[in-house]
Amino acid sequence: MDTQLDTRRKSGERSALSRFLRGYTLQIGIVFVALLIWTFFAIGSPETFFSYNIYRAFMSTTPFFAIVALPMTLVVVTGEIDLSFTSIMSFGVLVFATVMTFTGNLWLAMVACLVAGFLAGLLNGYLIVAFGVPSLVVTIGTQFFWRGTVQVLTGGNGASLLATRDTFFYNLLVGRLFGLIPMQMVWTVVIAVLTWVFLNRHRFGAHVYLIGDNMESARLMGVNVAQRKMLVFAWVGIAAALAGLIASLEVTYYWPTLGEGYLLNTLSSVFLGGTSVFGGSGTVFGTFVASFIIGAINAGIVAVGLSGFWTQLIYGLIIVLSVILQTVIGKRFA
Amino acid sequence: MLRLVNVSKSFGEVKSLQNVNFEVWPGEVVGLLGDNGAGKSTLVKIITGYHQPDAGGEIYFHGRRVENLSVPAARKLGVETVYQEKALADKQSLWRNIFMGRELAGKFGFLDVRRMRRETEELMTSKMGFTSKAVTTDTPVRTLSGGERQGVAITRALYFQAQLIILDEPTMALSLSETRKVLEFVISIPKAGKSAIFIDHNIFHVYPVVDRIVVLDRGRIAGEFTKAEVTLDELIDRLYHVAKTGVLR
Ligand SMILES: Nc1ncnc2c1ncn2[C@@H]1O[C@H](COP(=O)(O)OP(=O)(O)O)[C@@H](O)[C@H]1O
Ligand SMILES: [Mg+2]
Repeated sequence: MDTQLDTRRKSGERSALSRFLRGYTLQIGIVFVALLIWTFFAIGSPETFFSYNIYRAFMSTTPFFAIVALPMTLVVVTGEIDLSFTSIMSFGVLVFATVMTFTGNLWLAMVACLVAGFLAGLLNGYLIVAFGVPSLVVTIGTQFFWRGTVQVLTGGNGASLLATRDTFFYNLLVGRLFGLIPMQMVWTVVIAVLTWVFLNRHRFGAHVYLIGDNMESARLMGVNVAQRKMLVFAWVGIAAALAGLIASLEVTYYWPTLGEGYLLNTLSSVFLGGTSVFGGSGTVFGTFVASFIIGAINAGIVAVGLSGFWTQLIYGLIIVLSVILQTVIGKRFA
Repeated sequence: MLRLVNVSKSFGEVKSLQNVNFEVWPGEVVGLLGDNGAGKSTLVKIITGYHQPDAGGEIYFHGRRVENLSVPAARKLGVETVYQEKALADKQSLWRNIFMGRELAGKFGFLDVRRMRRETEELMTSKMGFTSKAVTTDTPVRTLSGGERQGVAITRALYFQAQLIILDEPTMALSLSETRKVLEFVISIPKAGKSAIFIDHNIFHVYPVVDRIVVLDRGRIAGEFTKAEVTLDELIDRLYHVAKTGVLR
């Protein structure tokens, strides 16, 4: 207790600037990590990192998992986790492809896709709050369930989405703005802003933080914990369906295996972004920047001339080091 | 102000409360005494809308029957609670804790952050007595001392114009001087025309600040006294007797 008071008194004498630095330590930290990695790549391969193409590539592929990582941040802030979104991505697009085939209406197909994601997410939330089963366990189960559903329904066969090509719908989701910026990047930014607003400036987000920090007390103070949790999972479900749709449109093909391989990218974006696995703290900004760090490492390693085999090793190093750093900083400036 | 009629509460096999009748008058401070597990917290959580009583129990506020009481509904009726421990969200800022579960927000639920910060700032100087520049409205509450934290919880109860303030072992983890502050606060409640239910293990804390004492034992009301009826020594005697036999002499 004494040391805490001491730290506080000392910090009271610091300037407003240092208070700002203290309040945003993790955010500043993650930007610093991003710059460091960028510098490393830029020195290693200037011709690649000073050309626009690599950034276009980042902006086209990072959204595939960033779109889910953003709302996943809220799930982790409530102290939960969702491992099922990889399968929900595929299930959502299966619904899209089916409705598209039968009606030819792309918009209707998209709405059906998002509704499928919403319901799958809501189901996760319901199982968690109604039966008190840990989300880790529930979402391992639903991950298998939705993947299995997709496999049974498709028999493992994909579907062409060529019919969407060059439609307004297609251009709106994955076209190129001014021929330069992939539209999925625009949507990622829109979703990031919306997520930030809801987490930081809406009663919903206030409750998300309270639930993750002290669920019992939130309940005693009248927070509807069950409803909030269900909505958070539903939100990840919608985002997963949308991300799946965007990833499939980008290659105009639906693979039933869609989503496999996104699990670790998504979760490491959340944790690298400074969200605590214990719940109660985390930022949308951190997740956003961290997604692009994760996205950049992949392309960057190849560009600087290391073999693709290095990718995972370097992922591992960066993630472990950053998370240790965050924990240390977090304790120091608590 | 508040009346409970024939309230029972079971958790599976455990009968935490059995046929409890209980009332609180306007401007009255009621002390609730009883051993660990007597059902004090359960009773309080029924009043705050956290638990629903078993069928047959009735709750009246200001003479009017209230059914399906929920926490937000109870808070609207002016019931605020200071819980024994862990009442705050540690990692969250002061202002988020003050407005926990009752955030000031516009029509669509968007927060009025500026107003919550401003009100918190005002409460900090007028009620909580924070003068240090180091503590701001954005300070996470885990950096505060136990007494300061209880101050936040009490201020939270006061802010919302509570009519009935419930304190469930608020002095649990506090130092002597911090405890005294809480007791002074309890004394100030009836002076402001409000009512209170005060639960504390320490009878020496309870006796001086309450008007009436209700003793719970194993889920039943074992008896009650106004302070005029018993001296502190007699009360202690009787409590021992209750603990041994389950009945009040
Ligand atoms: N949520 C609950 N589920 C099951 N049993 C409970 C619950 N809350 C309280 N109890 C039981 O009810 C009894 C009374 O508890 P409580 O009201 O907390 O007592 P007190 O506050 O007087 O110490 C205890 O036996 C306790 O184990
Ligand atoms: Mg208790």
